[in-house]
Amino acid sequence: MAERVLMKGNEAIAEAAIRAGCRHYFGYPITPQTEIAAYMAKKMPKIGGVFLQAESEVASINMVYGAAATGCRVMTSSSSPGISLKSEGLSYIAGSDVPALVVNVQRGGPGLGGIQPSQSDYFQATKGGGHGDYRMIVLAPASVQEMASLTIKGFNLADKYLMTSMILADGTIGQMMEPISFEDAEIETYEKPWALTGTECKRKHNIVNSLYLKPDELEVKNFERYERYKIVEENEPMWEEYMMEDAEICVVAFGIASRVAKNAVVAARAEGIKVGLIRPITLWPFPTKALRAAADKVKAFVSVELNMGQMIEDVRLATECKRPVSLCNRAGGMIPSPEQVLESIRKAQKGE
Amino acid sequence: MKTTQILIAGFGGQGVLFAGKFLAYKGLVQDKNVSWLPSYGPEMRGGTANCSIILSDMPVGSPIITNPDVLVAMNLPSLQKFVNDVVPGGQIFIDSTLIDAKVERDDVQVFYIPATQIAKDAGFSTLANMVLMGKVIKESGAVDFAGNKETLEKFIPAKKANLIDINCQALQTGYDFA
Repeated sequence: MAERVLMKGNEAIAEAAIRAGCRHYFGYPITPQTEIAAYMAKKMPKIGGVFLQAESEVASINMVYGAAATGCRVMTSSSSPGISLKSEGLSYIAGSDVPALVVNVQRGGPGLGGIQPSQSDYFQATKGGGHGDYRMIVLAPASVQEMASLTIKGFNLADKYLMTSMILADGTIGQMMEPISFEDAEIETYEKPWALTGTECKRKHNIVNSLYLKPDELEVKNFERYERYKIVEENEPMWEEYMMEDAEICVVAFGIASRVAKNAVVAARAEGIKVGLIRPITLWPFPTKALRAAADKVKAFVSVELNMGQMIEDVRLATECKRPVSLCNRAGGMIPSPEQVLESIRKAQKGE
Repeated sequence: MKTTQILIAGFGGQGVLFAGKFLAYKGLVQDKNVSWLPSYGPEMRGGTANCSIILSDMPVGSPIITNPDVLVAMNLPSLQKFVNDVVPGGQIFIDSTLIDAKVERDDVQVFYIPATQIAKDAGFSTLANMVLMGKVIKESGAVDFAGNKETLEKFIPAKKANLIDINCQALQTGYDFA
C-alpha cells in the first residue's frame, strides 16, 4: 500500500493534477483556493511545467483555452466570483470542444459574498454559467482523497469527451487535511489528432474555433455535441449509496454536506429511523437512475445543501416528483449541524 | 473503538494550527483516521484562530466539530466562545498564564496549566502550545505519547530540523506537569 500523507484538499488537487500529467497552470489568486496556485508555483518550475499568475481571471481562462487547443493537459482554479469571470471562457472552450480542468472551491455568494464554504454555485456549474447550450462534467469531492482521485478522473474524462471537467469543491474540503495516498492514480491517455501542434507541412492544418456564422452548420455542431453529452449521461454518473438497503428516508447530499449528513444518518439509525444517503459524486451527469430507483423504495427525500436549494430541483426531476422532497440548508458560508439534518430526517419520517 | 474530537483555539501566532497539525500527524503515524480543519480567513491575520482535529479508529464523518470532547483554550475569548460546547464528561485545557477565569461547569474535567509561564521558564517561550499538547495527550489518551520525534520529522521542514528537539522537550514538560 502506498504511504499515507496528510495534505490539504487544495494541495491534493494540485499534486494529483501534476501526477495526471498537467504541466500548465494559469490562475489568479482568491480565497479559499490559494493553496492550489501556491503549490503549482512551487512545483511546476522544478518539473519543466508552466505556472503563470495572469493579470485577471479572464486572462487565465483564455490561456487555458489556448493551451487546451494544443492538446496538453491544462487547468485553472478559482473560487465563486472568479468562476463567474471565467464563464465566458468556459463557453468558448465548450464551443471549441477542447478538454480542460477547472476547479471551483466555492465560497458564499452572490456578489463578492464571503470566504466561508458554500455550495451555491451548483446551478452555475451544472446548468452552465456561460452562454449557449453546453455542459461541463461536474465532480463533487467529499474528502481530500477524492480531491485527488476526482482531479485525475476529471482530466481523463475531459480528454475522453473533449469537455471541461469542473471540480466543484468548497472551502471546507479545500482547507482541511486528511490522510491520502496516490496509489490508485490511473492516468489514461488519448490521441488528439485535432490538436494544434504544428503541421510540419505533413498534414492539413487543424482549426480550433467556436465561431460558426452559418446557422445550419452551428446547429449541426450543437446536435453533435449533445450526442456526445448523451453518452456521458449514459456512462459516467457516479454516486455513493450509504445504508440505503432498507431505507425509508433518503438523504441526498454532496461534498461537505454529505459528510455532515452521514453523521446525521448514523444518529437517526440509532433512534430506529430507517434512513440512508445517496451522495452524487458527479453532479452532471446527475445520478438520475439511482434517485429514480430510490423513489420506488423510500417514502421521502431530504436534500441537504449549503445554498438556498439548488440540487433539490434535480432531485425532484430525477424522482419525477413521486415522493416529497424537503430541503435542509444553510447559506452564506454557514454549514448545517448534524442535529439540524437529524431534525429534518425526523420530520420526513413523520411525513411533515 | 475510540473517537476524540479536539478543538484548539487561541490568537493567531500562538501556534494553534501547528499544535493541531502535530496531533493530526500523531494520528497518521499511529494509523488512525484523521481530519484537521483550520479556521481560515480574516481571523488568521491577527484575530482568533482555531482548528478542529478528529482522531478516530473509525472513518471520520463530518470534519466540523460542534461539540468537542477536548477543548484547548489559549485565550479568554476562545474559552468563553467554546466552553459550553464541550460534551458533558469532556476535558478542557486552559493556559492559566493567559486566562484568569475559572470554568463554572461541574460536568467536565478542567486542567489549568500555566503553559506560557512554563515555556518561558524552560527557555522555549514560543512553545506553550506544545506544552499544552503534552498534557492533552497524557490526559485524553487520544494518541500514544511515544514517537514524538518521528512525528515532528514528518512535517517540520529540513531547514528547521533544529527545532525538533526543543519541541520534544516542550511536549515532555507538559506531559510531566502535574
